[in-house]
Amino acid sequence: MTATPPTPGQTVGPFFHDALPWPGDAALVPPGRADAVRLHGVVRDGAGDPVPDALVELWQVGPDGRVVQQPGSLHRDGHTFTGFGRCATDRAGSYSFTTLLPGPHADGAAPFVTLTVFARGLLHRLLTRAYLPEGRGGTVDALASDPLLSALDDAGRATLVCDVDGDALRRDLVLQGPGETVWLTYPRLPHGG
Amino acid sequence: MTATTPAEPTQAQPTQAQPTQAQPTQAQPTQAQISAEIEAEEQAYAARPAGTPAETATRRGWGAYRSSVLRVPRNDPHHVDPEGAELWAPCFGQRDVDPLEADLTIQGRGEPLGERIVVTGRVLDGDGRPVRGQLVEVWQANASGRYVHQRDQHPAPLDPHFTGTGRCLTDQDGTYRFTTVKPGPYPWRNHRNAWRPAHVHFSFFGTDFTQRLVTQMYFPGDPLMGLDPIATAVVDPAARARMVATYDHDLTQPEWATGYRWDVVLTGAHRTPREDDLAAAFGEEA
Repeated sequence: MTATPPTPGQTVGPFFHDALPWPGDAALVPPGRADAVRLHGVVRDGAGDPVPDALVELWQVGPDGRVVQQPGSLHRDGHTFTGFGRCATDRAGSYSFTTLLPGPHADGAAPFVTLTVFARGLLHRLLTRAYLPEGRGGTVDALASDPLLSALDDAGRATLVCDVDGDALRRDLVLQGPGETVWLTYPRLPHGG
Repeated sequence: MTATTPAEPTQAQPTQAQPTQAQPTQAQPTQAQISAEIEAEEQAYAARPAGTPAETATRRGWGAYRSSVLRVPRNDPHHVDPEGAELWAPCFGQRDVDPLEADLTIQGRGEPLGERIVVTGRVLDGDGRPVRGQLVEVWQANASGRYVHQRDQHPAPLDPHFTGTGRCLTDQDGTYRFTTVKPGPYPWRNHRNAWRPAHVHFSFFGTDFTQRLVTQMYFPGDPLMGLDPIATAVVDPAARARMVATYDHDLTQPEWATGYRWDVVLTGAHRTPREDDLAAAFGEEA
């Protein structure tokens, strides 16, 4: 088990915009590419108000379901898919990534991207997943047999599976209150994630 | 850390000395009230039943930090096993980071004002393994306690020679190293007369994505730390001390800069990293 206790997290605060975003951070692939997909949504607080100073990160496998270990996220060359992106929310609390649909990472697995959310007021980052919906990379069987989704009630499951929004996918992130996103913790993390 | 909106116009005439300082309102608690809230939590923690394990993490819900009230989830996080990409972290390499980005004192045409410092340490995972070739990002206020950020309303001077942002990759030993200036403390709007202790924001990646960490490094002996609703959200004294750098005279460079050491421990990895994980990050060296 853990030999050394971890360094605690602290809030990202309101002043990260000159440091963490970079040009092209949210475009994992060029938007004009034929297989590019937009994944977007709004980050909301417990009053239902948009959160204009959040930072969302996306990390995913490639369309072949394999983990990507390619450098170059911070200086995208237009060809290399790195699987990692970052997007600060705008004044309306919106984030928007342009990416490729992840494939199943194992036989019969339901494809998803992992998202992490940082914001002023969050003392530590939040983690969640955005699953591909049926017909857009997800299948009825894979979604039904997913270990996480099958452990949730319908309301919780609905917060994790993307909605189809025309050609795009939409996943709102509700920090608190009605419709609160199911936030995740993993083994080996301190209580509270 | 001020509110996200610019200062509200106040009915009282602002003084010349504090042109953008909001006047206190009845709704704004005092430092004494905030300190009482913090002390109550600290005393409850100190009086916890024998055998209760020490807390290692920051509290999620922390009422003294007013911005957290509407933003912290009400439900406990759901336990899940990591899968797929979650067992790995994004890969960064020489293409991503220019080595010069680790020196925050050379980004302008001249030297930034303030006390030049070196901050270095190792990034380890929860099993003591160095996290190699991984991205470390920093941002901070200048020596006067002012961020370049357009939403920073603090009437302290900007420094044309200091942006307060930097990046580096850890080396084969997990070591990061930055040259910068010591940031100043600054006021914020959490409560009346609220001041953040001097700090540098840090962002870390591990070898799997669940280890993702954003935190703040504080300086030893800062009298503001115990008054601060953000630092004190780490209630356990030993855990709070892990956010504080150590002055290290062996790092201090003659006629140049004082030195601080701050080692960082991430949570445990779910996958034992292999040597060839480094191939992409270090190219031919791995």
